[in-house]
Amino acid sequence: MKKYIGIASILLGIIVFTTILDPQFFSPYNIMNLFRWTGLFGILSIGVGFVIMTGGIDLSVGSIVGFLGALSVNRSWSIPAVIVFTIVFSMAIGLVQGLLVTKVKIQSFVVTLTGLFIYRGLSRFFTNDVTQGLGNDFAGLKFLVKGTFPADFFPNDSAPQFLKDWSLPMPFMIMLVIAIGLSVFLNRSIYGRYILALGRNEKAARFSGIDTDRMIVITYIISATCAGIGGFLFALDLNSVQPSTAGNMYELYAIAGCVVGGISLRGGVGNIAGVIIGVAIVRVLYNAINIVGIPNTLEYVVIGLVILIGVGADEVRKNYGIKKRMMRIRAEIKTPAAGRIA
Amino acid sequence: MTETGNGTVLEMRGISKFFPGVKALDDVSLTLKQGEVLALIGENGAGKSTLMKVLGGVYQPDSGSILVDGLPCDIESVQKATALGIAFVHQELNLSDNLDVAANVFLGREPRNRDFLKLVDRKKINADTQVLLDKIELDCAPTEIVGNLSLGNQQMIEIAKALSINAKILIMDEPTSSLCVRESEQLFKVIKDLRNHGISVIYISHRMGEVVDLADRVIALRDGRNSGFLAKAEISAMSMIKLMVGRDVEKFYHKDHEATDIPVFECKDFIVPEHPGNPVNLVVRRGEILVMAGLVGAGRTELAHALFGITKALGGEVLVEGTRYSIDDPKDAIAAGIALVPEDRKQCGLVIEQSIERNITLAGLDACQKMKLIDFGKVRTIASRMAGALDVRMSGIEQAVENLSGGNQQKVVLAKWLSMGPRVLVLDEPTRGIDVVAKEEIYRLIEKLAAEGVAMLVISSEMQEVLGIADRIVVMHEGAISGELQKAEFSEEAVMKLAMGCN
Repeated sequence: MKKYIGIASILLGIIVFTTILDPQFFSPYNIMNLFRWTGLFGILSIGVGFVIMTGGIDLSVGSIVGFLGALSVNRSWSIPAVIVFTIVFSMAIGLVQGLLVTKVKIQSFVVTLTGLFIYRGLSRFFTNDVTQGLGNDFAGLKFLVKGTFPADFFPNDSAPQFLKDWSLPMPFMIMLVIAIGLSVFLNRSIYGRYILALGRNEKAARFSGIDTDRMIVITYIISATCAGIGGFLFALDLNSVQPSTAGNMYELYAIAGCVVGGISLRGGVGNIAGVIIGVAIVRVLYNAINIVGIPNTLEYVVIGLVILIGVGADEVRKNYGIKKRMMRIRAEIKTPAAGRIA
Repeated sequence: MTETGNGTVLEMRGISKFFPGVKALDDVSLTLKQGEVLALIGENGAGKSTLMKVLGGVYQPDSGSILVDGLPCDIESVQKATALGIAFVHQELNLSDNLDVAANVFLGREPRNRDFLKLVDRKKINADTQVLLDKIELDCAPTEIVGNLSLGNQQMIEIAKALSINAKILIMDEPTSSLCVRESEQLFKVIKDLRNHGISVIYISHRMGEVVDLADRVIALRDGRNSGFLAKAEISAMSMIKLMVGRDVEKFYHKDHEATDIPVFECKDFIVPEHPGNPVNLVVRRGEILVMAGLVGAGRTELAHALFGITKALGGEVLVEGTRYSIDDPKDAIAAGIALVPEDRKQCGLVIEQSIERNITLAGLDACQKMKLIDFGKVRTIASRMAGALDVRMSGIEQAVENLSGGNQQKVVLAKWLSMGPRVLVLDEPTRGIDVVAKEEIYRLIEKLAAEGVAMLVISSEMQEVLGIADRIVVMHEGAISGELQKAEFSEEAVMKLAMGCN
């Protein structure tokens, strides 16, 4: 729990600060929107987080969002077929990327960077670069992005007004389900331990009989699948997919969420609750910039600086902790009454 | 000893240094005369390396003073130490193995051309390097890429680097730990030569034989304090151990196991990928400790890796208790009951930033599941039991392995494999870089496991260890088994002869 206090208080600080400047920030409509976006981007971040835990990186996420968004709405298939297609196809992408990293031994940065180009190009090619509108297709599935929990689960719109105002949007609920599932995988299954061990020291994991290649491939599959699901949901949410831009830069938002959430790019560390808070910080910040009246043109600067300061403060705090401990020990040693320490 | 002068070149007085949780040095003093080899000994963690890092400008002392040539000096940086003529040859090589020899020797001090571009003067750098290489009698070109040299020759490049700054004081921290006998001997020759030219050497080593051979004087540290000095005439393995551990060590090993004739582990015509021309045949019997001796680079580690499935053998078969196993990766080896304690503890044996508990249970985790999830109770029980059984000195099983001493880290690796109940245990240099007390504990453990019927295959380059713990010795030379010695035939000469490949 202690490890969340730092970032959770940053999130809280931004919320309180923005609400004071403009109480509209805390309106049910705005908060609900923030939850929706945190859910959608959270799905991407959680997936990428697994690759980062192994010491790799996945830059293909944004293009997968665009690619699978475009492909999934381009079908005249039944709804279950589209969902199965999205999941299977994105898993296949992850499998190929994972195999290129582990078996062909191409650096993950290169594999996923080329993925970023290729999937973007393919989605433009298959759609003739024409925006894919959903119109009234998938009307039943729109619930996945437009619905809320628990208000929309009451029969005949019978939920009390208070619940209607403060229900959680479905994308956030979907993200929570994925997060809980993957948290169990990370923290309670033996594979989670394998991933963290090999992220720190792949050689030692291999010398302990762990099939490290297989575990790494699994993380790429998780990442691509999350991106695929995310792409489908983004398409439903926006009701259209613009092949050349949908998902642009989302891989960087996803990585930013992980970094703010405490996943080290060195590998071997990670917790999913932290990632969700990290994503929320990025989303709230985005929103706050608009509300507080900072010029839109500055928004990347603000986001960049806040991430830099947040991560930097964490490092400084760590170093300060070590220094303080050392000072205390020195003081103890210099007092003859203190016992021998070494 | 050739006396080129009796002046004191270095005096360290009352040096203290604190680290978080540790008082690394406490009022340590040391003097060094011109043209002497001073051996600095002590268990791991006694403060040897810290003291030398203070001298080398890596650490600043919290109190005490340093006098070089009788003048008080404040060695605030490595550059300052260099300027004072103090050179450091570290235990780990600090070379850029992608650059050539000359570039490494003069790294940061490259001679430049006079023209306005000030490019590196290739002619001068190569000529100057050649002079240094001649001085240490190293047969290689200044333009050779360092990565292509043997470890021993890379060590020599470090010495050339030290000489290039006209060092008066040369600090060597376990320089032979990765060298083979021939390379070590070349190194000793160079050290003696340097001494005869008036250079003072501070020599840190765990290898008693070397110290007896080389040192003019010995200074010992224990728990960060001075624990005594020995003059040339007093230097012997026993006297040094006494100073290091502060008590008499009667003997290292006890024999309470009995070798049988029943083979537990066999490999037949086993072909290691690195040495395809030399099929290996080995048998380890129940209750037997088979030690594999040889020079560094003889192919023993490669054999161990192939037996454990890290690399894929090109042919041959492996039998454990009569059953044939095909071993394609470590998982297959583990399934066959084979465990490997690797040579490189920090890189291959441990995930050093993680806890003792995670490390001990890493290999056997799939047996600790309840309904596909980790059974945390079982994991903790196993880790506590194994850490307790091996007497790992720790604050708790949640402690990170990186905060343990080398000996305790090695015990964690052993605990990991013993928790799996192996039938064959391959130990690759199990006591490298480990202090005397932990060494003794590990020897006892090896004997105990042999007595329990585990087939023990120990790879060791330390002669005392080879002769001390083995029931039988096989020697490797250039990838092939060059001979086998029964107990009655054990002698240093016999092992050495086979290791050098002279028959």
